[in-house]
Amino acid sequence: MLKPGKYLVMGNIACAEGALRAGCRLFAGYPITPANEIAEYLSSEMPKFNGYFIQMEDEIASIAACIGASWAGAKPMTATSGPGFSLMQENLSYAHMTETPLVVVDVQRSGPSTGQSTDPSQQDFYQARYGAHGDYEVVALSPWSCQEMYELTIRAFNLAEKYRTPVIFLADGMIGHIKEELVVPKDIDVINRKGPIGDKCTPFGTDDPSLVPEMPKFGQGYKLQVTGSSHRSTGVRDYSPQVHTELVNRIRNKILRAEPEIRDVAKIEIDDAEIAVIAFGASARPSYGAVKKLRAEGVKAGLLRLKTLWPFPEEEIMALANQAKAVLVVEMNTGKMVREVQRVACNHTKIASLTRLGGITPTLSDVYNELRRLKP
Amino acid sequence: MKSLKQLKSEYIVENLNAFCPGCGNGMILNCFIRAIDEMGVNLNDILSVSGIGCSSWIPSPHFRGDTLHTTHGRAIAFATGAKVYNPNLRTVVFTGDGDGAGIGGNHLIHAARRNIGITCILVNNMNYAMTGGQIAPTTLHDAKTSTSPYGNPEQPFNIAKLVAAAGATYVAKWTTYHVMELTQSIKEALNNNGFSFIEVMSQCPTQQRNILNIRASPQDLPYRLLDMLGESAYRADRPEKENYLYAVPLKTPEESEKEIAGLGYNAKLVDHITLGRVVRVESEKLVDAKSQLKSLQTVRRLADHLEGKFEVGVFVHSKRLEYTEALREVSRRAKGE
Repeated sequence: MLKPGKYLVMGNIACAEGALRAGCRLFAGYPITPANEIAEYLSSEMPKFNGYFIQMEDEIASIAACIGASWAGAKPMTATSGPGFSLMQENLSYAHMTETPLVVVDVQRSGPSTGQSTDPSQQDFYQARYGAHGDYEVVALSPWSCQEMYELTIRAFNLAEKYRTPVIFLADGMIGHIKEELVVPKDIDVINRKGPIGDKCTPFGTDDPSLVPEMPKFGQGYKLQVTGSSHRSTGVRDYSPQVHTELVNRIRNKILRAEPEIRDVAKIEIDDAEIAVIAFGASARPSYGAVKKLRAEGVKAGLLRLKTLWPFPEEEIMALANQAKAVLVVEMNTGKMVREVQRVACNHTKIASLTRLGGITPTLSDVYNELRRLKP
Repeated sequence: MKSLKQLKSEYIVENLNAFCPGCGNGMILNCFIRAIDEMGVNLNDILSVSGIGCSSWIPSPHFRGDTLHTTHGRAIAFATGAKVYNPNLRTVVFTGDGDGAGIGGNHLIHAARRNIGITCILVNNMNYAMTGGQIAPTTLHDAKTSTSPYGNPEQPFNIAKLVAAAGATYVAKWTTYHVMELTQSIKEALNNNGFSFIEVMSQCPTQQRNILNIRASPQDLPYRLLDMLGESAYRADRPEKENYLYAVPLKTPEESEKEIAGLGYNAKLVDHITLGRVVRVESEKLVDAKSQLKSLQTVRRLADHLEGKFEVGVFVHSKRLEYTEALREVSRRAKGE
């Protein structure tokens, strides 16, 4: 584990380091490019801290092992890319239903299918939100630098533990493989799940306004019934319309209520911006350069960079739409986030979309030219 | 030995019974709790993990201990994570033939390969019972199921042999007819430091009635099926009776039985897993009996006493490095100890 200080490391290593620092002591995964360095690094580091690295037979087993370990008391993580993330979706839905804290890292690559297996993309924007079956709310974070591969991984664990929910860490092949400065801070906040205090507990229901129940672990004598079936606050299966409705609504509402606290955006030159870019991850980097260049030329350009993709930061988008004359959504897919921006901000501002396929980021000049064209 | 009532009050969640009348799952649950009771295992140390399907309901919601009721086929993978993180948990996976050998077959062989200290009890009822009796990877060739109305074109797995080949250090196969042997086996499996696997052939009155074409009243069907399992199993590790054969009837079994009994033989009607309803004929002079019986008008053919049966018993009981111990060795090396 890196001591506080400055380092030059790869994004995926920073992610693995963040996990260790956050208290992750079980990693279960299956090899896939461009996420491999996370598993490789943790196979070396985890055992030094009495943690476990286990290489499972596939991604389905990887997330399953994480869920099993979480109920045994672990703070678990798995890391994959788009195809493996698809395989995890059924058990991800299970993690939502059983309110199991864990972190799933998706270092996105270019699809569909095997696509360009080593090249980055941002095509899993909706897979992170809607990939699994059923109704649930997703917490998904997206880093744009090596530093955030570290910091947001820690935050992902904290959110998972605090809200008893799976958290998606949506990185991409570029950020995962970039090597740049990482500053490891001296102090960080680490949040651990709330365990039961008394002899009895209702692991799937609570009167607490947070709507997050206490989470016991196996072997403590609580005679836990953990099931993906509709269940009462005790865990006992119950398929009645009322129990199911209350359960699913509580699981959704605990995230929706906490949205202001979960929400995290970076505002760059936004205060007086007349035109603005909305971007995340790798595509936010050329957007940043383009905004700075336009500012140097006296154009009031700004960048709203999303660090939390889900819940979608609607208030920030709405505020920007009411302020800017035009917004440009930059992303490495055929136009996914722009649909969300349109949903939230339609009729309030002009919305344009800059997309890239082919496993490449848009260039600074791509974004610059598009903003120039949009400039009122 | 404790009474069933005592065991129920200690180990079973009250007022719950999720199984069809005559199901074998209750018997397997009975064997399991008898085994852990006789072993004196602390209930808090047991984690039961199951997947989807009838057998996955054996622990959850019935068992009064920690239970993890997971997704279809993945129970062993969930159990692996829990066992790795807390090796003190006596982790038991309940699964079925479709859950464990169909959709979850990959996890099964890899758990056996790793030799992780998990006990897996796989209930084989030869079909996907909960969903309506479809073809499973264990359904016999030619059996008529809800997805093989013209007969099953596939061939069944021999799951116990598969798991043995994959490296499990305890492998046994029993039926719900063998409750004493099964209880003993569960104890041996729980005491084995490695991956333990017990396949239990079980009766399913709801679906096997059609699949095995056994026509009986709802009251009689469970016994008929249980007797069929007992009749159709043999042990290779001890001498079996050899003084009998089966007469496969040409038309009705009753007609054949009457004709054979009329000749003075000890004949009775039995159900056989692959031959169907047949006449079991016992004789000390088997060679003579064969030549006499094969020419009877009501007999289609004669079958040897072991024909079409499956082997039960303990197939593997060995020692090999257990996975969580291997992980601890990895940890020692990483720390330079």
